[in-house]
Amino acid sequence: MFVINCPYCGERDQQEFKAGGEAHIERPKQPTELSDDEWAEYLFMRKNIKGVQFERWNHAHGCRKWFNMVRDTSNDEIKLVYKMGEKPPLE
Amino acid sequence: MKNKYSVFSLIKNAFSYHENWEKAWKDPTPKKEYDAVIVGGGGHGLATAYYLAKKHDMKNIAVVEKGWIGGGNTGRNTTIIRSNYLWDASAGLYDHALKIWEGLSQELNYNVMFSQRGVMNLAHNLQDVRDLKRRTHANRLNGIDAVYLNTDEVKKFCPIINTSPDIRYPVLGGTLQRRAGTARHDAVAWGYARGADEMGVDIIQNCEVIGIKRNGDAVEGIETTRGFIKTKKIGVVAAGHSSVIANMAGLRLPLESKPLQALVSEPVKPIIDTVVMSNAVHAYVSQSDKGELVIGAGTDDYVSYTQKGSHQIVEGTLNAILELYPIFSRMRMLRQWGGIVDICPDASPILSKTSIKGLYFNCGWGTGGFKATPGSGDLFAHTIANDEPHKLNAAFNLNRFVSGDLVDEHGAAAVAH
Amino acid sequence: MSANLRVKSSEYIDETHRVSFKFNGKTYYGFKGDTLASALLANDVHLVGRSFKYHRPRGIMTAGSEEPNAIVQVNDKTNRTEPNVRATEVEIYEGLEASSQNCWPNVNFDIGGINNLISPFLPAGFYYKTFMWPASFWEKYEFFIRHSAGLGKSPSEKDPDIYDHRNIHCDVLVVGAGISGILAAKNAAKNNFKTLLIDEKNELGGATIYQNKEFNKIDNQSSSDWIKKEINGLKNISNLEIKTRTSVAAYHGYNYLLARENLTDHLEKKYKNNKVRQRLLKIRAKKVILATGALERPLIFNNNDRPGIMLSTAVKKYADFFGVKCGEKNVFFTNNDSAYESALCLYNKGIKVDAIIDIRNNSNSKIVKAIEQVGIQIYWSHTVVDTNGYRRLNNISIMKLSNDGMTVTGDRINISCDCLGVAGGWTPAVHLFTQSGGKLKFDEDNNVFLPNKYPSDQISVGSCNGKFNLKEIINELSIKLKEFLKISQTDFDNIAIESEEETSKRNIWLLPSDKAIGKTKPFVDYQNDATAKDIKLALREGFRSIEHVKRYTTTGMGTDQGKLGNMHALGIIADTAGVKMGELGTTTFRPPYTPLTFGTIVGRNVGEFFDIFRRTAMNDWHIEKKAKFENVGQWKRSWYYPINGETMHQAVQRESKAARESAGILDASTLGKIDIQGSDASEFLNRVYTNAWSKLAIGKCRYGLMLNEDGMVYDDGVTTRLGENHYLMTTTTGGAANVLGKLEDYLQTEWPELDVYLTSVTDHYATASVCGPNSKKILKKIIPDLDLSDENFPHMSFKEAKINNIKCRVMRISFTGEHSYEINIQASFGKALWEKCIEAGKEYNITPYGTESMHLLRAEKGFIIVGQDTDGTMTPVDLQMDWIVSKKKYDFIGKRSLYRSDTMREDRKQLVGLLTDDPNIILEEGAQIVSELNQNPIQMLGHITSSYFSPNLNKSIALAVVKGGKDMMGKKLFIPMEDKIISVTVANPVFFDEENKRLNA
Repeated sequence: MFVINCPYCGERDQQEFKAGGEAHIERPKQPTELSDDEWAEYLFMRKNIKGVQFERWNHAHGCRKWFNMVRDTSNDEIKLVYKMGEKPPLE
Repeated sequence: MKNKYSVFSLIKNAFSYHENWEKAWKDPTPKKEYDAVIVGGGGHGLATAYYLAKKHDMKNIAVVEKGWIGGGNTGRNTTIIRSNYLWDASAGLYDHALKIWEGLSQELNYNVMFSQRGVMNLAHNLQDVRDLKRRTHANRLNGIDAVYLNTDEVKKFCPIINTSPDIRYPVLGGTLQRRAGTARHDAVAWGYARGADEMGVDIIQNCEVIGIKRNGDAVEGIETTRGFIKTKKIGVVAAGHSSVIANMAGLRLPLESKPLQALVSEPVKPIIDTVVMSNAVHAYVSQSDKGELVIGAGTDDYVSYTQKGSHQIVEGTLNAILELYPIFSRMRMLRQWGGIVDICPDASPILSKTSIKGLYFNCGWGTGGFKATPGSGDLFAHTIANDEPHKLNAAFNLNRFVSGDLVDEHGAAAVAH
Repeated sequence: MSANLRVKSSEYIDETHRVSFKFNGKTYYGFKGDTLASALLANDVHLVGRSFKYHRPRGIMTAGSEEPNAIVQVNDKTNRTEPNVRATEVEIYEGLEASSQNCWPNVNFDIGGINNLISPFLPAGFYYKTFMWPASFWEKYEFFIRHSAGLGKSPSEKDPDIYDHRNIHCDVLVVGAGISGILAAKNAAKNNFKTLLIDEKNELGGATIYQNKEFNKIDNQSSSDWIKKEINGLKNISNLEIKTRTSVAAYHGYNYLLARENLTDHLEKKYKNNKVRQRLLKIRAKKVILATGALERPLIFNNNDRPGIMLSTAVKKYADFFGVKCGEKNVFFTNNDSAYESALCLYNKGIKVDAIIDIRNNSNSKIVKAIEQVGIQIYWSHTVVDTNGYRRLNNISIMKLSNDGMTVTGDRINISCDCLGVAGGWTPAVHLFTQSGGKLKFDEDNNVFLPNKYPSDQISVGSCNGKFNLKEIINELSIKLKEFLKISQTDFDNIAIESEEETSKRNIWLLPSDKAIGKTKPFVDYQNDATAKDIKLALREGFRSIEHVKRYTTTGMGTDQGKLGNMHALGIIADTAGVKMGELGTTTFRPPYTPLTFGTIVGRNVGEFFDIFRRTAMNDWHIEKKAKFENVGQWKRSWYYPINGETMHQAVQRESKAARESAGILDASTLGKIDIQGSDASEFLNRVYTNAWSKLAIGKCRYGLMLNEDGMVYDDGVTTRLGENHYLMTTTTGGAANVLGKLEDYLQTEWPELDVYLTSVTDHYATASVCGPNSKKILKKIIPDLDLSDENFPHMSFKEAKINNIKCRVMRISFTGEHSYEINIQASFGKALWEKCIEAGKEYNITPYGTESMHLLRAEKGFIIVGQDTDGTMTPVDLQMDWIVSKKKYDFIGKRSLYRSDTMREDRKQLVGLLTDDPNIILEEGAQIVSELNQNPIQMLGHITSSYFSPNLNKSIALAVVKGGKDMMGKKLFIPMEDKIISVTVANPVFFDEENKRLNA
């Protein structure tokens, strides 16, 4: 069970959080302009990275804020958390 | 021809102190080229190779496995086998597998201990009742043996369940598939490996795929830790690591790999003689031939390749177990472990060609792939050999995520476990 | 019989306090402080159990939690029975009953022992090779396999005990209270770290408290005296908490550990009642110091499993700590010096030691010299080649080892003995370290795996880190502790230490015998009866990976999880396959370290605490009226209100009729309510619902359908515009939390530019829904000053009102098709409101109705219930609700998905009504629908989603989803049931009042 440093509340037990999958998949601004393939990419296709992954988490049983996390999925090490809307770190 | 396994061969070998048993499978060095390479030496991968050799006469093939065969989800699951799925496509797929299971020990000359002790699914609320009845009706019309049981019948079939109406989520009924049951997971991998090896398939362990070589829209071979292997057909059966392999070919899949946990108790004399599953409160239990209670916990909600999950998942499962089986309170957990399950958005698998010629994926089995092992191998072998899916796996293509024609098994309460 | 084998009083045994207990029905006596094992040994009982596969007689092997053999059923036939309990861990108490397992009729004469005779036919993996013919017989074979497997018996009654959880946050957790753990904890605590020290035993001090006094000295005192003083000193340290009888079960990532604290297992029955039996400590530690010690290894030789063959340190501990001699004629068999310390301990206590067999060629250690001086014979470079004695060891045969250790030479020497102390060296207990994700390295010199890379803020110290003599241990501890805790000094930095260093080493994983290996039984896993020849067979058959060998032979898979034999299994594999052990790796050590009670993991979360109950403000009234309840999510909702012994059907028919004929009242408090405010609230609703919201007038209500991004119906409900920038959304009961979560997700992550605030107000309001032709009159009585005219308060509108000065919100909305009002009031007034409605409605026979009647009434109107009539695969078009999908809106959640090739198919499953040809037949919800009966396979078109007998139409009605159903109006279809076929006709799903006249009646 991880300890997650919520950018709004500080360190809390993982039990208070919900994971929300891959981060920085922006909802298309003009979905009707997309082909079925492109829409499927947005809807379903995921990087599912083994290694450093950018993902979304929600402090569901706390401040209820969504935020981003950089985590290594091969060892569950959390590298960084940052607020929604903030630019992802380059590496 | 390998020595046949039987009670007579055991007795015969006893007189030579078992010094003369031959290898169940060889340990070959990879050849430079194969007609097809299966990536992943779990049950599904080995079965695929076995059926490619047996039914499609493809003998110059290899299974490459980064660790040891059967070491992934094959050796980590709770071994539940059933085919009482809701949708026609799923029912067709899983019952195809179940029919093969029924003769598998004899087919492989390897006792996979397929034990048809029945699988019961419990209903805990009125919608569960509706969903289970719906599934039972569909099963019956699809020729799958499933019956609906009322609470008393549930109690009769498995007397240790707490069917008191006063518990938090009382048992309102259930379904029973008698042909369903469990099998010995390791034996499935070993039996297929032995059978495939006998037909000339190279089973190459400790050989990790590190790249897929493409020439335009077609595959040319795989880079491995033991060198380059040329091949025109690659069948990827890498479960939790499917996305990792897909990434090497420049593909993305509709998968997320998540931790799934399970645990066993210390062994005790027979106390539960069937498999009982409860989706609503999340408690699955059976008892192995060794006497251990085998309990399946749930998945965590985040991607992880660590084969470790969170304690609260195990705790939640045991809460439900003790709610339904208060007599197990003093039993003790002997061992817990995790696997990595690749989950599709519709909780149904992918057995499909891809946009790259010669590259095939068999993945997305989520939490319930073990039961499909023989059928999955058979159908995937068909798909690879003919470059076309069999009608039983046609629905499980990749294009369904584009067209929207999903096989939504979790919407249908039959959560795949 | 029961000879008293007590040798000398021990400070850990209270000889003034005699304790009686039963073993296999016979009464024995021990003393307070005894374990079941020590008490049995004191009574000369060595035969304790039978092994798993061959049913061989087995005795007590160890004095700790690693015991593989002496496992018993305690308190059989009581509600506190427990299987597979290690006799070495059970502290005896008055009235304890224990019995042998896995034997019938009894442990002395066990029919299953026949397996030992046919064992040549039962090599590793034999079951994979047989029981396949005839195929139909597997079930019968399996019956016997299952009944001969298993060890103890599962309890069969409800557990009378209670369990508990405690969360602990500490700066430093020290696991293991041997000398390393004690010094580490003391120094951490004294340096202001909040420290927790845990040990599985009931005593602190580990092995140091019975260490040889002559050869181990600290500060010029014997180490045992010195450590006792240190232990006494711990009591006065304020921020140090000590937990004994507590076993750390699991070490997860982020320094999260689980430990089981045993509180009452050692107490008499009368002290157990109403007390917490075991507590699960959930520990989050900033730093962890593992001082888990080392486990003594056995030696692997032919017939090394007989009762009387024990670990050498166990023999010593029983003598020194418990004051019990394990045999009259003791022999030790060793590859290192520890057997000599054990032998010397016995000698000093006046227990006869006949010989020491040592596989080494010699040793110059002082302790060896001491043994030579007292005249105990040492057989250098000899090995045990066989042992005898079925129920108890009575003699051993030894032979000289060849130089390479592969064979034996010369003649057999037979030595009569009834106890053989075996010393095979030490295995550091790295289980917790590896559980935490730590990687091991192999130390070739000492043949041990040691911690290499720490995955979190932790260190391993003492013998679990490969330090085995006192001087090394303490010197290393001082250095590591200072670095780890960043402290400048410890209180033992320059303390004088004397200890013995081992000079001579020789390790042979599998000792040779004069018999061919095929004819021997050298056990590697005692409990599971896996022998070295099984391992060799597995390798011969091509199993190379250690995991394969483990699984094929079942080595290490018993209740001890291979604590004793796993290293030997690895060694034998390495030797046989010709690879280095370091390259072979280990099998994964999985939690828990020792088996963990289910009840302890669950704690209080059983029975009524399994899941929370959500109850409405009116709940007491429903209970008073003997309502039947239905679980909807966590809510308890009134299902129906039977009166005068009505069946459910009768009650529902009465309720549903009354609601249409006069008045009904429903507790609708459980529906999710989300308060939406902000200048972009309308735009937000435009994006989340399929229909348009901008033009909804203030004070009006509108029904909305919410999709998933995949185009499938997700939730529905009525939303009311309370003000320019203020809406109140209702959701389904079960969907409330998910809808709020989803809306927050979009708001925070996709549309942060929108000025919208969401607040769940589900629990803040109680809702009574009054419907029926007389609802208006009833409402008039409750809120006389509210103008209820259709002009002022039309259908789908909202008014603020006051009832006795209490503000409430009244919506004129309807889920039944009747003229209907929903009154929302602050939850604390919910029951009063309800009672007021009932009182006011009395003259109109206002009838409370539950969820079942609600479902029936809405089905008469063809209104869907999300989750019942939909299943995550239905679009609004499938539901024939095209009218609610805005064609004008550029986008809303899920819109794009409605235009994919599959979602646009004409022949998708569509919601229709069904009428049975026989109006008295009520279809079964879930039943499948077909159009052709003579197909193979039969093609299912869809299923019944809702089905009722309508008292208002006096016929059965059903909603169903049918492939291409939209175009099937009037078509005959069939419902093939198990015993009959029911014909039905496709109908309009609106069965009642199609023109909606009653809304304004």
